[in-house]
Amino acid sequence: MAPGDILVDVRGVAKHYGEGETRVDALRSVDLRVHVGEVIALLGPSGSGKTTLLNVIGCILAPTAGRVELDGDAVFDGKWLRSDLRRLRLDKIGFIFQAHNLLPFLTAEENVSVVLDLAGWPAERGRERARELLDYLEVGHRAKVKPALLSGGEAQRVAIARALANRPRIILADEPTAALDSGRAQLVMDLLRKLASDQKACIIAVTHDEKIFDRFDRLIHLRDGRLVDS
Amino acid sequence: MNLAIKDIRHGLFRFVLTCLGLGLLMTVVLAMIGIYNGLVADALAVVKAPAADVWVVEAGTQGPFAEASSIPATTRDAVARMPGVAEAGAITYQTIEASHAGGTLRLYVIGFEPGRPGGPQRITEGRGLGRSHFELLADRKTGLVPGETIRLGRDRFTVVGLVEDAMNSGGDPAVYVTLADALTLQTAMDPAAARVQAARGDGGLRSPTVAAVVARLKPGADVALLTATVRQWKHLSALSQSEQEQLLLASVVDRARRQIGLFLGILLSVSAVVIALIIYTMTMEKLKQIATLKLIGAPDRTIVGLIVQQALILGISGLAIGLALILLVKDSFPRRVVLEPFNALVLTGIILMVCLVASGLGVRAALKVDPATALGG
Repeated sequence: MAPGDILVDVRGVAKHYGEGETRVDALRSVDLRVHVGEVIALLGPSGSGKTTLLNVIGCILAPTAGRVELDGDAVFDGKWLRSDLRRLRLDKIGFIFQAHNLLPFLTAEENVSVVLDLAGWPAERGRERARELLDYLEVGHRAKVKPALLSGGEAQRVAIARALANRPRIILADEPTAALDSGRAQLVMDLLRKLASDQKACIIAVTHDEKIFDRFDRLIHLRDGRLVDS
Repeated sequence: MNLAIKDIRHGLFRFVLTCLGLGLLMTVVLAMIGIYNGLVADALAVVKAPAADVWVVEAGTQGPFAEASSIPATTRDAVARMPGVAEAGAITYQTIEASHAGGTLRLYVIGFEPGRPGGPQRITEGRGLGRSHFELLADRKTGLVPGETIRLGRDRFTVVGLVEDAMNSGGDPAVYVTLADALTLQTAMDPAAARVQAARGDGGLRSPTVAAVVARLKPGADVALLTATVRQWKHLSALSQSEQEQLLLASVVDRARRQIGLFLGILLSVSAVVIALIIYTMTMEKLKQIATLKLIGAPDRTIVGLIVQQALILGISGLAIGLALILLVKDSFPRRVVLEPFNALVLTGIILMVCLVASGLGVRAALKVDPATALGG
């Protein structure tokens, strides 16, 4: 693939917490490149650094060392303010959570359009985009329903719609199928693959769900903060 | 999209209950403000009623409210003849207890000369005193009604009219009688007591005394000059209307006023703590949602707006409920509860300030939330 196709470029990234005897190395010189349309899985035991790596790529956690480039922008280079990183998250990164994390006081449609509202879209256009995404994910008929009344699968699809609302190029998913049965999990993964292809995005998912391993382009294994193989 | 309103509507019942609780607290705060104002208004009502410019009282006293004052009734004629005086009237004050409707009615009896300064400013029902004896005007809070009779001392008086907001600083409602009747009430004794006094050689031939003489001045007359002139008479002293009002506030009601003022301060502090706790708790319950909002890119102002708007809506709703409740029940209080628009305005300002400061705690907690907590793991 051409260099321009690289959406996530992580080079020599390290992250440690504490100093001296209490020092914990969560990531040790991690290198990772993710290309347009790629769907990759981060695997590893608890404490291996998966979530830390996801947080670093998601611009939530600054690495102790190394370089992170997202869609051509070198972040954490000392020039980025917290508000710049927030804006980058809003514009370029979509998050899908294990427990969907929908806002309970908003309807399914509002949960999607809130991202566009934050991005400064006009309200009507935001609602149209939300309805379009919900229809695409086959939950359009539940647009006016609050999360408490959605099934697990419906809630996860609304969460995916929210992650895609602002057309992000990098989608980070934390156990996206953990709350779903096997059939639904396969459907969600197929959907994510299609989205990555359609929107020229990449998807990085932390998962333990072996049933969906075959749906990923690459499986990245982490152990003690290092990439083991891929 | 207004997240604060959406969140309130989502948990509307709980929010309304919280507002009701805060509203009850605000009712107590407003009641204390009203009682505080009422105390001052009650104390000043009796001083303001004669609409006088000058009070002539006994020398060496701060009468007739702060201290007892007794001057010859004939002083009125002397004062009335002074240059610059338009009219003058003698006045007496005394507190008595009378039987009424099976109970005891504590009354503040004001004796005045009809047609001269000293009487009520306005009669709200019935008529003024038409006869020189045995008629009275009563404050509405006495419970007396026109046509009704009541025994004061040894005589029975007929209520001919009603006035409003006439009472002494202790809250005893006032009745107005003629000066002649008031003097009789002051001096008339029980027959047995009178016999004993007569046997001791006291023939009861003292010249009548009054508590004060109130004077209204002609336009352009100098109050300070008149009071200075009166003070030249060694047995008299004079106070201007404003001096009399200041004296009353500084001496008679000062301690009660400070007591209520202090209690009001404590109550406002308690309200501030309660509001702060409510807002802080509301914020802490939303930390996961706030983390999610931050993760998906919500700026700090959106998070701050969510908390501050809810705090302000809570404070204003509580205040509105409190205001509505106190206006409903204020007339049921045994003493006057006086609320001015200015009080509501100042309290609104204080509550808004308290809400802003209180939401600061919640905002601080919310801004410290790590967006990573939304991801878990």
